[in-house]
Amino acid sequence: MAADYVDWLRREGRIVIVGASLAGLRAAETLREEGFTGSLTLIGDEPYEPYDRPPLSKSVLLGKASPEHTELPRRRELDAEWRLGVPAAGLDLTGKRVLLADGEEVDYDRLLIATGVRARPWPVPEEAELDGVFVLRTRDDATALTEKLRAGARRVVVIGAGFAGSEVASACREMGLEVTVAERAGAPLVGALGGVIGAVAAELHLENGVDLRTRVTVTALEGDAMGRVRAVHLSDESVVEADVVVVSLGSMRNTEWLSGSGLGAGPRGIASDAGCRAFDFRGIVTDDVFVAGDVARSPHALFGYQFLSLEHWGNAVAQAETAAHNMICPASDRRPHMWMPAFWSSQFGVNIKSVGVPPMGDELMIIQGSTAERRFVGVYGFKGRVVAAVTFDNARWLEYCQRQIEQGAPFPVEYPTVDRRPEGRQPVAADFPDPSLPTHGPTVTLSGYSPADRRLVFTPGHH
Amino acid sequence: MTQPSLVARITDFANRADPYPLYAELRRTPVLHEEEGEPYVISSYWDIESLLHDPRISSDAANMTAAGADELQSESTGLPPSFIRLDPPEHDRLRRIANSAFGPPHEPRRVDDMRGELHTIVTELIDGFAGRTEVDLVDQFAYPFPVTVICRLLGVPREDEPRFRSWVDPLVASLDPETRQSAGPEFVQAAQEARTQLGMYLAGLVEERSKDPRDDMLSDLAAGKGPDGAMTMMEVLSTAVLLLIAGHETTVNLITNGMLTLLRHPEYLQRLREDPELAVNIVEELLRYEPPVQLVPQRTCITDIEVRGVTIPKGSRIWLMLAAGNRDPERFKDPERFDPDRDDLQHLGFGSGIHSCFGAPVARLETQIALAELARRLQDPRLVADPPPYRPNAVLRGPRHLTVTFDGLNP
Repeated sequence: MAADYVDWLRREGRIVIVGASLAGLRAAETLREEGFTGSLTLIGDEPYEPYDRPPLSKSVLLGKASPEHTELPRRRELDAEWRLGVPAAGLDLTGKRVLLADGEEVDYDRLLIATGVRARPWPVPEEAELDGVFVLRTRDDATALTEKLRAGARRVVVIGAGFAGSEVASACREMGLEVTVAERAGAPLVGALGGVIGAVAAELHLENGVDLRTRVTVTALEGDAMGRVRAVHLSDESVVEADVVVVSLGSMRNTEWLSGSGLGAGPRGIASDAGCRAFDFRGIVTDDVFVAGDVARSPHALFGYQFLSLEHWGNAVAQAETAAHNMICPASDRRPHMWMPAFWSSQFGVNIKSVGVPPMGDELMIIQGSTAERRFVGVYGFKGRVVAAVTFDNARWLEYCQRQIEQGAPFPVEYPTVDRRPEGRQPVAADFPDPSLPTHGPTVTLSGYSPADRRLVFTPGHH
Repeated sequence: MTQPSLVARITDFANRADPYPLYAELRRTPVLHEEEGEPYVISSYWDIESLLHDPRISSDAANMTAAGADELQSESTGLPPSFIRLDPPEHDRLRRIANSAFGPPHEPRRVDDMRGELHTIVTELIDGFAGRTEVDLVDQFAYPFPVTVICRLLGVPREDEPRFRSWVDPLVASLDPETRQSAGPEFVQAAQEARTQLGMYLAGLVEERSKDPRDDMLSDLAAGKGPDGAMTMMEVLSTAVLLLIAGHETTVNLITNGMLTLLRHPEYLQRLREDPELAVNIVEELLRYEPPVQLVPQRTCITDIEVRGVTIPKGSRIWLMLAAGNRDPERFKDPERFDPDRDDLQHLGFGSGIHSCFGAPVARLETQIALAELARRLQDPRLVADPPPYRPNAVLRGPRHLTVTFDGLNP
C-alpha cells in the first residue's frame, strides 16, 4: 500500500515547493535527478529565478559582479511550473493546498517549504522608509544599494556588525567610502564566533579605517526635509552624519504565512524531524510536508539532538537534497539530514571559515597560528569535547577540525601541531554574549526558542 | 627464499610499468610498517586525505633529517628549504608571496592569459612532426612543452634548457628512494651540488630581473610587492628552483601518461577528437588513474598519532601513497577503470591541504590543451610498445619514451 503510494507519487504525483531560492532549486533538481516524473511547481515571492546571495554583499557591491548575473547555475533541466513574483499566503494542511497572495490555490500531494529568511527591517517604519536606508538580502536590495553607493555617497553607517554588516563595511572601505559601524555588542561577529574572535574582527575593522562603535545602539535615523537620511543617532548621544544607512540586524524567518495552518512554525523557523518532515504544532510529524534551508530547524545528532537553524549556504543545499530524496522514497530508504554546519565569509581581505557550532562552545583554543597575525585555527570546546572551529586565512586545516568534531575529540587540545604558539596552549573563555540578550542574529540558532522566551506553560491535562 | 618487502617491490624498477597490483596488496594493510626504521606506509584514500590535513604531520625538512632521511635538504646545499619542505608559519608566508606573483587575487589572469600562448607552443611542436609517421612523444612533445611554459612563466631563457637540465636531472633522480638507497653518498653530494649550481644560475637571472623587471614571476618575486613583503634573496632562489623543477617534471608525466592511457582506451581518444571540452574530465580522471606523483615520502609526525588503530610513534616517517589511494575501492566505484564520465571525479593527484599542488592551474591547462590537440591532429595514432619504457623514478612516475606511429597530421 505505502509502496504503491510512493510509486504513484514518483510517477504522477504533484510536488509543490514554496521558496524559489537556493534550497528550492536544489530540491527541485534532486527530485528530477532521482526520477520524479510528476508535476513540479515552484512558488517564489521574488520575480526572479533562483539566484545566489553570497556575492550580493561582496563582489556585487564592489561592481565585480552584476546583480543580474548571479543566477544559480542549473544542474539539469527541471520541467517545472514557476509561479514567481507571488508569495504564498497560507497553507491548508487538511485540504493539501497552498494559498497564494493573488488568491489562487495550488494543490499538492507533497509539499516542500523552503521560504528562507528575510532581512530584519529597521523597526521604526517611517525611519526605515527614508531615502538612503537599506537592508541587504535580495537582488533588488543589492541593486539599489550599489547604485546609491556609486552615486557619490559620502558616509555609510552600517547598523550591526554580524557577517553581512562586516562584509558591507569591508566592501565600502574598498570603494574608498567613509564607514561607521554601530554594534550593540562589544565587537563584531560576537554572536557567531564569541568575544575573543570578535576582538580580532574589531582590529580588522579599525585597521581598515572603519569608524567602529561598539556597545552602542542606534536610537534614531534622522531625515532631512526631502525625506533623505542625513544622520544616525547613537545611544551614547553621539550623532553620525550619513547619506547611506545599511540596516544589518540579522534576519527573520518567513513563517508568518503559515500561522493558523497547524504546522509547527514560528519566529524560530519550522521544526522538523531529522529527515526534514515538518512537525505540526503538537510536535507530531506530518507525512507530506517537508522543510529545508534557512527556515528549517531540525535535530542534529552530533550536537546533542539540539534543533539547529542554520543560515548557511551549504546547509540549504544539503538539506534540500535530503528533503527531496525523502519526499519520494519508501520509508526504509529515508536519510537523516546530518550536514556539518559550515560557513565562510570574506571581509577586509581575510577569509573566515567555520565548521561546527561555535556558539555552543564555551571555551576556545588557538591550536595553530596566532590571533595577533590574524591567521589562525581556533577550536571551540564544550563539556570536554571539540564542537566547532574557526579559521582566519587558514582554511585548509578545517577539514581536520571537522573530523575532530565528528569524532567528538577531546578538549582541551593537548597535542602539538605544526604551528602551535604559546598563546594557544591554554583554553580561554570563548566569551559569547548571554544568549538572552539581543545582539545581531547569529547564523546558528541553537534551540527552538530563545532563552528569553521561556514562558511555556505545560498543561497536559487540558487538551 | 623470502620475498622482498612490499615497499622494496614498489620502489623496484622492475615493477614500474604497472605498480597497481602492488598498491592493491598495500591497501590490504592500510598502515604498513614492515621494519624498524622503515616508513609507515598509508594507502587508503580517506587516511591519506585526512593525514594531508592533519596539523600533527610535518613536512619540515629539519624534522625529516631528524627522522634520518633527508641529507639533500640540509644546509650543505647553501639554499634554504623551499616551501614544500617547510611547515607553517614559514611555509604559509613563502607560499603566499609566491602565489601573489602567480595567481589570484594579485595576478588573477597570469595563468588564464597564457591560453593562447600554450596553444601556439603546442601547435608549433606538433607542426614539427610534419613529414614523419613516428615520434617519441616524451622527447618531442611532453618534455619541451611544459619546459617552455615554465621558462616563460618564471622568466628563464628557454635556450638555457640544456644547462639547467643537467642540474635538474640529478635532483629529480634524488627524489627516488630506490635510486638514493643504492647510489650512496657521492650521489647525494652530486644532487646537492646540482641544487647549488641551479641556485647560482637563477641568482644571476634574479639579479637581472631586479634591475630590469619584466612580466614574469622572477621579476615579481625579486620585487616583493605583495602584502607579505619580500622574500630574502635565498628564499627567492629556493622558490625558483622548486617551481622550475615541479613546473615541468610532473606535467611531462601527466601528458605522457595521458596519451598512453588514451591510446589504451581509443574510445576516449575518439570522443576527445570530436569534443575537445572532454579534456577537462579526462585530465581529472588521469590525475586519479595515473597520477604523475605516486607517493609523498616527505612527512613525519610530531607526536604519536593513531591511524586505523595503529599508533605511529612521534618522529616516524610516513609515506602517503597517493596513487594507491586513488584506486581505493572504499572510495571509488570501479576504481581500476579509466572512466572520465564518472560523476565523482575526485583524486589525490595534486595532494590536498596546505601543500596541495601550487602549479595545478597551469598543469591542468597545459595537459587539457596538449591532449586535445594531439587527439585532434594525429591521424590514427598507435603505440609502438606497450608498456613503453619507464623512467626509474618511483615517486615521479612516467614513461621515459612514448613512441607513437601515425598516418599523418590534420591541419
